[in-house]
Amino acid sequence: VSRRASAALAVIALLAALIALLGYGVMSSQPDRAVDDALAAGERQPAPSLTLPPLRGDGSGSLSDYHGEVVVLNYWASWCEPCREESPLLQRWHRRIAPRGGTVLGIDTRDVTSDAEAFIREFGLTYPVLRDRDGRTQSKFGVVGYPETIVLDRRGRIAALRRGPVDEEFLRRTVPPLLEERS
Amino acid sequence: VSRLLATGLASAIIASLVVATAAWASCPKATLADIEDEVMCPVCGVPLGLAEAPQAERERAFIRGMIDRCRSKQEIKRALAAELGPSVLALPEDEGFNVAAYLVPALAILGLALGLVTRQRERRRSGSDHPALGDTPPLDPADLARVDAELESRKR
Repeated sequence: VSRRASAALAVIALLAALIALLGYGVMSSQPDRAVDDALAAGERQPAPSLTLPPLRGDGSGSLSDYHGEVVVLNYWASWCEPCREESPLLQRWHRRIAPRGGTVLGIDTRDVTSDAEAFIREFGLTYPVLRDRDGRTQSKFGVVGYPETIVLDRRGRIAALRRGPVDEEFLRRTVPPLLEERS
Repeated sequence: VSRLLATGLASAIIASLVVATAAWASCPKATLADIEDEVMCPVCGVPLGLAEAPQAERERAFIRGMIDRCRSKQEIKRALAAELGPSVLALPEDEGFNVAAYLVPALAILGLALGLVTRQRERRRSGSDHPALGDTPPLDPADLARVDAELESRKR
């Protein structure tokens, strides 16, 4: 009887471990909404560090390279249809804010390099673009779809975000006030 | 003249066959269908063969382009991993929660093996408590005579 009881206990322990593992897997695959929650509470959290290779050329680019600037961080991919729609707007805003200490910073993700380069040529994008080939950095910002845009103030804090394509109204409402702020 | 023409024609055919064979041999001829079930559509989270998303279409175009350039299946998979990261290969990553994909089966096999070994040992141990067939004591002569008599009576 004791042997049967210990076997049953072992099976129950194994099942419990598998259920716990499954639970952990489900929980860890949920998107991180800490940034959304902080913004909803009116807080600006420091942006996580981000270092990636550029889409073209060697070396690496980092968010810290833009400290003191207002950064419109845009996650995109060439195969993403809404990204195509918002790209001309982002390019216009980059030209508008660059002389005032702002920049759009593109993060091309899960994309074929030649497709991304063709996209940049097609839309005449002049803002810097980094490459996150497998989307490893996007969980830092809770990015789960494309496009998503995060706006950082001059102190490198997250001041606004848009889950989905940006529009003129969003950029007009969020970016100019940040450009007025001092670092 | 006609014989000369025929010889020339035959030589040309043989030469073109040799060239075609050499080209075939140098081009590994991977197929999209063969690769699709070994790579993932990273955005969709399913094997490429099952994916319909726009990213999957671009991935297929990339693979077709490499097939057209005579790249082997391994070369194409390496190129895909370089473009989209190792997660594009249809194997779980060896970090984070995905380690469970390797650990759980390994632990299950280990547990099964331990269980079998334990069970085998227990069987051997319990088996050694009973005397083996060759170790049984000989029958008493009286019992032996009784058994013989019984067998004889059954024969009749």
